[in-house]
Amino acid sequence: MAQVLREVEESPTAQAVERVSVGVLASVGRKVSDILEYAGGLTLLMWETVKTIFRLRIRFAETLNQCYLLGYQSLIIVLLTSLFTGMVFSLESAVQAVQYGFGSFVGGIVSYTVVRELGPMLSAVVVAGRACAAIAAELGSMEVTEQIEALKSLGLAPVRFLVVPRLLALMIMLPLLTIFADVIGVYGGQWIAHAQAHIGTQDFMASARQTVGFEDVVKGLFKAIVFAIVIVMIGSYQGLTTKGGAAGVGKSATSAVVTCIILIFILNFIMSYFLYAGA
Amino acid sequence: MAEPIARLDDVSVRFGERVVLQNCSLEVPEGAITCIIGLSGAGKSTILRLLDGLLRPDGGHVYLRENDICHMRESQLIEMRTKIGFAFQFAALFDSMTVGENVSLPLREHTTLSEKEIYDIVMHTLESVGLAHTYDNMPSELSGGMLKRAGFARAVVTNPELVLYDEPTTGVDPIVTHLLTDTIKRLRKQLNATAVVISHDLQSIYMMADYVAMLFEGAIIANGTVEEVRKSNNPIVQQFLQGSEVGPIPL
Ligand SMILES: Nc1ncnc2c1ncn2[C@@H]1O[C@H](COP(=O)(O)OP(=O)(O)OP(=O)(O)O)[C@@H](O)[C@H]1O
Ligand SMILES: [Mg+2]
Repeated sequence: MAQVLREVEESPTAQAVERVSVGVLASVGRKVSDILEYAGGLTLLMWETVKTIFRLRIRFAETLNQCYLLGYQSLIIVLLTSLFTGMVFSLESAVQAVQYGFGSFVGGIVSYTVVRELGPMLSAVVVAGRACAAIAAELGSMEVTEQIEALKSLGLAPVRFLVVPRLLALMIMLPLLTIFADVIGVYGGQWIAHAQAHIGTQDFMASARQTVGFEDVVKGLFKAIVFAIVIVMIGSYQGLTTKGGAAGVGKSATSAVVTCIILIFILNFIMSYFLYAGA
Repeated sequence: MAEPIARLDDVSVRFGERVVLQNCSLEVPEGAITCIIGLSGAGKSTILRLLDGLLRPDGGHVYLRENDICHMRESQLIEMRTKIGFAFQFAALFDSMTVGENVSLPLREHTTLSEKEIYDIVMHTLESVGLAHTYDNMPSELSGGMLKRAGFARAVVTNPELVLYDEPTTGVDPIVTHLLTDTIKRLRKQLNATAVVISHDLQSIYMMADYVAMLFEGAIIANGTVEEVRKSNNPIVQQFLQGSEVGPIPL
């Protein structure tokens, strides 16, 4: 028996399998340790940020400026995406619903989905594409040109100086953008329902009001706040850990957006599960 | 030598495989101008980063007065750095702010001076490096040498007790070199400020340095007054000072 085992162990196939599996293990190990390092660094950064906010070490002028840059400047694209998504959603559902005889529910279906899911998530994804990339690129280029070190050398903490204003700004602006997205998404849906399936404005809105409660809106806004935190923290962390010149800045911005959007989708599911599971 | 204000004690720094500093020790005497010389890539900028707590060594200790800054928390380091000026090798001006805003930033953040007082101090500092006319310019509108001087102004505007200059005179014309050297000397005289200057410009080193330290292959191989180092019988130091191609330094 032992003899057979030894022969198996020494066979070229077994050795090859071992080599490959060691290689795989090593690379899995590296991946895991990379992820742990990322999560650790991100947690530290968030902890610093929370401490700074609670010590009220906030730069108000810069926060307002960031509200404009990160929030207001995203308004048009948020409105456009939300409008057309509300419209296409209505287009797909309204005609069918009327055919099957429950056209009076269309307002409810459209507004329910827009307020709970599409509004918060689309706004977040669109803002992630703009703001998260912008934050990562700006802080990243400051890092590779030693401006972050210069900031530290002047006795200024990058977290207070750069991260906190952006975080507060987006935590205010993303919920506001989400409200706009909700409203315009529902109106877009209503318009198409009227134009394509002849559902009356009154009927549409009555059904919407019946289905969507105030707490649905609030839960949607809660999601928006969480997404705002994800966008700014991922962007800032990627930016502040940028290495390798201009190419590194590009990489940081790209991977910040990718990470951020994936996290938004995952967190959206988790939050929907817990926020709405009872309803 | 005067009492050291800062001290590297047996410091090692590695970047991955590359060993940059190895058992490197250096004392920075208070109220004096210490110049660090050495080959390009020897680790001179790395020493300044260590002294400012921007980089933690892999081994050894860095002391500022009697405090070991390797064991300080980031918030303590931030506090400590308000007393240290750092003029970066590539200026590192904030490119989203004008030159005036760059130089006034430390005053705005760390003092309670009025806008008028800040403006006067900043103007005065910019004048001392010959840049008063660029107050409202963005950094991208300045030349390399001008950027350098603006970074210099930002480092000294708060009159810090220790100023670290990373190649302040590289890439600027001889007249401005003279101006900057004079400013470094004047700060020392008026405020008893300590300076650590990295420079390749031997002439300005001979003009201003009290002490010279030469960094070679990760350690300080010569350290003393200008005269002592010039008379050193270490062949590496002699080859470096004469800029000759023949000698023990591998090319
Ligand atoms: N962040 C870093 N990552 C990897 N290597 C680095 C890093 N910073 C510096 N190095 C390496 O450390 C060595 C010393 O760098 P340093 O900038 O201190 O040199 P220097 O003496 O200031 O040179 P110069 O006179 O050209 O400015 C260099 O070989 C450089 O490649
Ligand atoms: Mg250097």
